[in-house]
Amino acid sequence: MVQERTFPTIQSASAQVTQEEGLRLYRDMILGRFFEDKCAEMYYRGKMFGFVHLYNGQEAVSTGVIQAMRPGQDYVCSTYRDHVHALSAGVPARNVMAELFGKATGCSKGRGGSMHLFSAEHKLLGGFAFIGEGIPVALGAAFQSKYRREALGDASFDQVTAAFFGDGTTNNGQFFECLNMAALWKLPILFVVENNKWAIGMAHERATSQQEIYKKASVFGLPGYEVDGMDVLAVRAIAQEAVARARAGEGPTLIECLTYRFRGHSLADPDELRSKDEKEAWLARDPIKKFAAYMVEQNLADQSELKAIEKEIQAEIDEAVEFALGSPEPDPAELYKYIFAED
Amino acid sequence: MQRLEKAMAETLFFNALREAIDEEMARDSTVMVMGEDVGHYGGSYKVTKDLYKKYGDLRLLDTPIAENSFTGMAVGAAMTGLRPIIEGMNMGFLLLAFNQIANNAGMLRYTSGGNFKIPMVIRGPGGVGRQLGAEHSQRLEAYFQAVPGLKIVACSTPYNAKGLLKAAIRDDNPVLFFEHVLLYNLKENLPDGEYVLPLDKAEVVRKGEDVTILTYSRMRHHVMQAVKTLEKEGYDPEVIDLLSLKPLDFETIGASIRKTHRVMVVEECMRTGGIGAEIVASINDRLFDELDAPVLRLSSQDIPTPYNGAMENLTIVQPQQIIEAVRKMVAVKV
Ligand SMILES: Cc1ncc(C[n+]2csc(CCOP(=O)(O)OP(=O)(O)O)c2C)c(N)n1
Ligand SMILES: [Mg+2]
Repeated sequence: MVQERTFPTIQSASAQVTQEEGLRLYRDMILGRFFEDKCAEMYYRGKMFGFVHLYNGQEAVSTGVIQAMRPGQDYVCSTYRDHVHALSAGVPARNVMAELFGKATGCSKGRGGSMHLFSAEHKLLGGFAFIGEGIPVALGAAFQSKYRREALGDASFDQVTAAFFGDGTTNNGQFFECLNMAALWKLPILFVVENNKWAIGMAHERATSQQEIYKKASVFGLPGYEVDGMDVLAVRAIAQEAVARARAGEGPTLIECLTYRFRGHSLADPDELRSKDEKEAWLARDPIKKFAAYMVEQNLADQSELKAIEKEIQAEIDEAVEFALGSPEPDPAELYKYIFAED
Repeated sequence: MQRLEKAMAETLFFNALREAIDEEMARDSTVMVMGEDVGHYGGSYKVTKDLYKKYGDLRLLDTPIAENSFTGMAVGAAMTGLRPIIEGMNMGFLLLAFNQIANNAGMLRYTSGGNFKIPMVIRGPGGVGRQLGAEHSQRLEAYFQAVPGLKIVACSTPYNAKGLLKAAIRDDNPVLFFEHVLLYNLKENLPDGEYVLPLDKAEVVRKGEDVTILTYSRMRHHVMQAVKTLEKEGYDPEVIDLLSLKPLDFETIGASIRKTHRVMVVEECMRTGGIGAEIVASINDRLFDELDAPVLRLSSQDIPTPYNGAMENLTIVQPQQIIEAVRKMVAVKV
């Protein structure tokens, strides 16, 4: 069996949540999970096409980080595995679902698809399908905040940007180049690595000389943390600290979240390389089950309240599918629309 | 009038560009410059000399040597409301930024369904210089022309450099703006007042009847040198500087071809997949019936630009070749 890294533990005292906050986190994770399960169903029913990368298992990262930010004001930048980041950032499930169906009501008007979700309104910068290319874009958004604050003297621009990407992506030059620039200029950005141990079929240890990614921060002079990415409160605690630092003008943070995807790389992946043992070990750490147990144990919720949330979310997702199904296709006369700013 | 013009200070090409940037930065505080050595050093061709003293280090941002990442950073800054101008120290280096330019500057507005616009300019020296070797002698305009969403401009005189750069900075789309290494020291009297030139209009440099010569960037000057001889021989060519390589100004091009019925493209990019190749195809699509002769292309050879001076001269189009080509083309009677 594969040797797992020792998980960092954090003091539960530093990870307290109120009931309201706890329910919000639970709701966000359930939304992500149920949405992705519905995508799988719709994909196999021939309702969505292309490469569809699901996020099951990694929910604690999206929820823990984005809910520690100000969704709708702070910037979020994702990869091709972007549905759940979009949902956490506040893009309505119906507009994400409609995009996956290629409909005109999709958040990218049917032009983007699964790997290119965007929403200016929700400060979602994308949806980037090439490895690493979103990181510099996120850096630009963070630079913009600093520019407005310092070059233009507008103190109200205190947004923080979070860039999400995988373990495999950290071997790409854009990652290192951006760590350098972010630290150099003290930009308000969080580099959030979702280390799920695999880059399609490339095991992390076969691709990466220094496997503890968070350690790479130190050579660029920024703080790096490793965190149990299956524990939403642990992720949130670290993210809150990093967001506060960024907002205070103290610069970037690298957060390595140890996590796992519960499905294949994409819905087209037969997922034959990962061992049964490994999968089972990680399934046992399901971040949603873990957090549900915590909520009950801490008397923050009882089973019926959690069930009620799940029911509500299921209804929201069913409604999203109805909306997507009932939405119009993009107008073929608008094939050229959006090439240029004037269109 | 003549005397008045003489009284006006002549402006060097690189200073015309500098004036454009200075004026636009003063006019709009979201305009900023980023790139290698654009700040304290003033740019490798002094286009941004001392601007950092006026606007500070954030607005004249000296970046590390990381072309793909700082280009992506400009895309992110543009998506969130700034108007960055990237200087490619040499435009050839932007091969390292091909991904950010193609995927994100070029296509992101479309893939985002109009969620974001990307007002940015990528400018700098391109073209074949004097014995700079193959890597520093690139003509990326041809490589980039297939990318949807990009505008491509090539300036050729101090006057159009200034007016076009100002327009590019004000444009809400990503603009690749090609200068030429060998033109930075051209001088010209510029108007005292502010002016902005349209980004999508070609310039009729010389009116004529015999043949339409379509050219851009430094080759405009080779063409005009050839024209001096051709005039003495009684030829009357029409010379059009394209200025905008994408989109092409087919209004101006079409009007000329309907008059001359003969077309020649003189370009510095390589023949295969070049700007001229696209022009020939477009003329076939739109104006085939107007032609009295096949469109002729004078392009650079399809080889890496050699270092040796004589070989380099053989690689790019020389005025003598243009003279001979016009003689031959105009001699063909229908
Ligand atoms: C530039 C580029 N090269 C290759 C690919 C193909 N590709 C897509 S995802 C992936 C693996 C990425 O792994 P990781 O960064 O760990 O993210 P994960 O998929 O595990 O979330 C690869 C190689 C790509 N999309 N872009
Ligand atoms: Mg991975």
